[in-house]
Amino acid sequence: MSAVPAPTRKLRVATTSLAGCFGCHMSFLDIDEHLFELVELIEFDRSPLTDIKEVGPCDIGLIEGGVCNAENVHVLRAFRRQCKTLIALGACAVNGGLPAQRNHLSLSECLREVYQFRPGLENGQIPNDPELPLPLDKVRPIHEVVRIDYFLPGCPPSGPAIWKFLTDLIAGRTPRLTGGLLHYD
Amino acid sequence: MSALPPSPAAPLEALLRRHGHDPSALLQILIEAQDIDGWLPAPTLTQIAAAIKLPRARVEGVAGFYSFLYDRPVGRYRVLFSDNITDRMLGNRALMDALCRKLWVEPDKVSEDGLVSIATTSCTGLCDQGPALLVNGRAIGQLNHRRINEIAELIRQQRPLEQWPTEYFQIDDNIRRRDALLQLDMLPGAALAAAVARGREGWLAEMQASNLRGRGGAGFATAVKWASARNATEVRKVVVCNADEGEPGTFKDRVLLNTCADLVFEGMTLAAWAVGADSGFLYLRGEYRYLRPQLEAVLARRRAAGLLGKGILGEAGFDFDIAIHLGAGAYVCGEETALLESLEGKRGTPRIRPPFPVTHGYLGRPTVVNNVETLAKTCLIALEGGTAFAATGTAQSAGTKLLSISGDCAAPGIYEYPFGVSIARILEDCGASDTQAVQVGGAAGICLAAYEFQRRIAYEDVPTAGAFMIFDGSRDLFEVARAFVHFFAHESCGFCTPCRVGTALLKGFMDKLNDGHGAKADLADIDWLDRLLKNASHCGLGSAAPNPVIDTLQKFRPAYERRLVSLDFEPAFDLDAALAEARQLTARDDPGAHLQTHEEDGR
Repeated sequence: MSAVPAPTRKLRVATTSLAGCFGCHMSFLDIDEHLFELVELIEFDRSPLTDIKEVGPCDIGLIEGGVCNAENVHVLRAFRRQCKTLIALGACAVNGGLPAQRNHLSLSECLREVYQFRPGLENGQIPNDPELPLPLDKVRPIHEVVRIDYFLPGCPPSGPAIWKFLTDLIAGRTPRLTGGLLHYD
Repeated sequence: MSALPPSPAAPLEALLRRHGHDPSALLQILIEAQDIDGWLPAPTLTQIAAAIKLPRARVEGVAGFYSFLYDRPVGRYRVLFSDNITDRMLGNRALMDALCRKLWVEPDKVSEDGLVSIATTSCTGLCDQGPALLVNGRAIGQLNHRRINEIAELIRQQRPLEQWPTEYFQIDDNIRRRDALLQLDMLPGAALAAAVARGREGWLAEMQASNLRGRGGAGFATAVKWASARNATEVRKVVVCNADEGEPGTFKDRVLLNTCADLVFEGMTLAAWAVGADSGFLYLRGEYRYLRPQLEAVLARRRAAGLLGKGILGEAGFDFDIAIHLGAGAYVCGEETALLESLEGKRGTPRIRPPFPVTHGYLGRPTVVNNVETLAKTCLIALEGGTAFAATGTAQSAGTKLLSISGDCAAPGIYEYPFGVSIARILEDCGASDTQAVQVGGAAGICLAAYEFQRRIAYEDVPTAGAFMIFDGSRDLFEVARAFVHFFAHESCGFCTPCRVGTALLKGFMDKLNDGHGAKADLADIDWLDRLLKNASHCGLGSAAPNPVIDTLQKFRPAYERRLVSLDFEPAFDLDAALAEARQLTARDDPGAHLQTHEEDGR
């Protein structure tokens, strides 16, 4: 792995998981000792790593997961507003992924099955508390809701792939994954 | 419609025997087998697979590839409206809706009683006399509401096609300008006699002197192709005439086959004489199936006259005959290697080249594949000599070109011009006024704007297979491009991912703009897709698919820009509507239960 030329200032990076499993974030942590290099180059804004709740102005935003409900839309839009570069991280963000498997069913079929017809459930009803975000009729990849600058595929993308991608980006190279960093198994 | 009971196996067995249980005849077998029930029931496919000793999946794969083969029931009257942009400009959609309403049937579905099904199909080559349709494979042009009413009545009365008014099936040639080829009045065999008199070498030398280039669009030197096939080591050589005239807006081959089939067949025999081929095929697109009986009659006459068969013109060892093979509604089969696959009874997937057909073509034999017009032109060369032929046209484009002119002009039809004619001159001759754009070479060709009308038809300037579609000031060039993009997405053979997915994505973007969700970001994505299709596709279909978009984005960009609702990004769907089902399920209508589709301004 080539050394990363340091940018003139630390880049600000935000991350979040929408309809995802945090597997991409776990894979991010798999860059292991590169984390020490990384913190010399970037600082984190909103992220599960910082517990900052609202995203602020950032250079880079990493989005894991697709868009399955209204809250996802709000968070994604806030990231788009604040991040100069927004990246779809992993299969769910790129394609909808596993959560999108509900797309061949209607939303009412899904919710009724879970909240009304499940064996052992009496007088079940579909939750309707205004605190809860409403689900969309279909799970969408994030590029169908906001403009996305880069796509980093994989379920999850491997640690080395994420490291290569980020170091390219930080060094000012257009990120490009080839061969082993992209292949399936 | 309930599935028809399986027919008695006898007719199927008879046709399998007639084809000698030959797996390479699979496509022809399927086409004929479909005539039994109007579609291909599963037991029929099973029986065919067993009889010709192919895996059933192979048979099903072929049946599933071609638009005109049906693996589920269709109406006893199967109506397909031609859906080229020129048909649309003449109002085909309104006529189709009218027919659907009158017959109580939805498009793409079969009526409850199994009587009729109505759908669209790619250009049927009747652009000069559209809107057009095919009913059970027979072409009807010049549709209007009166004719649609009559057709609805005939179908309702279940009248057999033979009893329909014959003028319906009258297809006009509409030859408006004749030059060397269309003026030629030749006795069958005259060109062949001249070539045989020169000997094989002498005849090929004339071809070389003529500088004839392929009229199918690519413009490859015909003599070079012939010489390569002649020099190939394998002895059994093949000549194929490509009459799969699928390029939207092209219909010159239909007219040539209708009016001077002798020239075409004689051209094939001339090619056979040059390369030493013993078998020939005319690959006739399924849309022109109605021409087959008269073409078979011409072939029979030529056999009787000693112009086909053993020892042609008394020349020992000059043995050559021609068989007609039908296509079944697949544009990609116009690509020569896809055509060869189709001739061998397979799916029309283009081959990887090299090896080229001239060394490894039909069943691995050296094969010359030429366009209908190219072959007809060789008669002129045989009669008048190569030098005389090369004297007309331009430096790199010898001879004349047939143009199929359609769209906004007073006199659509066939025009033959020497190469080098300007677009402006053609527009004047066909009575076009207020012309905004001309699409030359079909969907895969080039879109010319008014400032380019001084350009010339020639391989060195504007090359073309012959389509020439005219759009006047009232037309929306975005709609034109969108129609062509739909065409390519439908006709992609599905073999390579860049084309299969790329054409579908491009169609998605064009529809997004059309549906009022367009954003500037889409134009950038369209550019990216255009490049991807152009550079990564397996064959010419994929690499030509973005052409209409590339040209119109460059020359008619405002037609796209006026459709943009955002200068940044816009979803293709209504976000708030995507919550409607959840709102209904939860009986919520609070502010949190809604989304603004257009995002409030950010920083």
